[in-house]
Amino acid sequence: MSTTGLEELTGSTISVITNDGRNIVGVLRGFDQTINLILGDCHERVYSTKSGVEQLLLGLYIIRGDNVAIIGEMDEELDSQIDLSAVRAPPLKPISH
Amino acid sequence: MLFYSYFKTLVDKEVVVELKNDLAIAGTLHSVDQYLNIKLENTRVVNQSRYPHMMSVKNCFIRGSVVRYVQLPADGVDIDILHDATRREARGT
Repeated sequence: MSTTGLEELTGSTISVITNDGRNIVGVLRGFDQTINLILGDCHERVYSTKSGVEQLLLGLYIIRGDNVAIIGEMDEELDSQIDLSAVRAPPLKPISH
Repeated sequence: MLFYSYFKTLVDKEVVVELKNDLAIAGTLHSVDQYLNIKLENTRVVNQSRYPHMMSVKNCFIRGSVVRYVQLPADGVDIDILHDATRREARGT
């Protein structure tokens, strides 16, 4: 494959891991060559070792491509089977070059 | 260009991508581009219990700029071909 595009992910729910270690979940509406992203109906999932996953509602966001680390295609079926209130995890480390 | 071409020969192989935030993701190399952005399929995080952040994610796109290592299968590497390509690249061909 000579181009790895995000075309096929538009319209689906994705999980974006940003360079500062945040996890933002939303619907991919658009993107460009520098991986700037438009995410609709998004929320941030905050992980902690002391309490379950907190979901902060955000709305319509643009994430600058510089700050994107991973874009994961969310399997909604798998996600609905997870009890987020029972998940305990340390927050992800930020990207350090 | 050399590594882009090299990664293209590794499509469909099992690799482990280690990122600059210490997260390691194993999966099948689906595609790569000129920025060495990587698309993996059938992904699983190496230390799943420590990183449940990607439990519902089975396919992912990894931005080239955040990759620290790409761990390759030993039999996926033809050293001689790599040496030749490197020599040619160094010469400026």
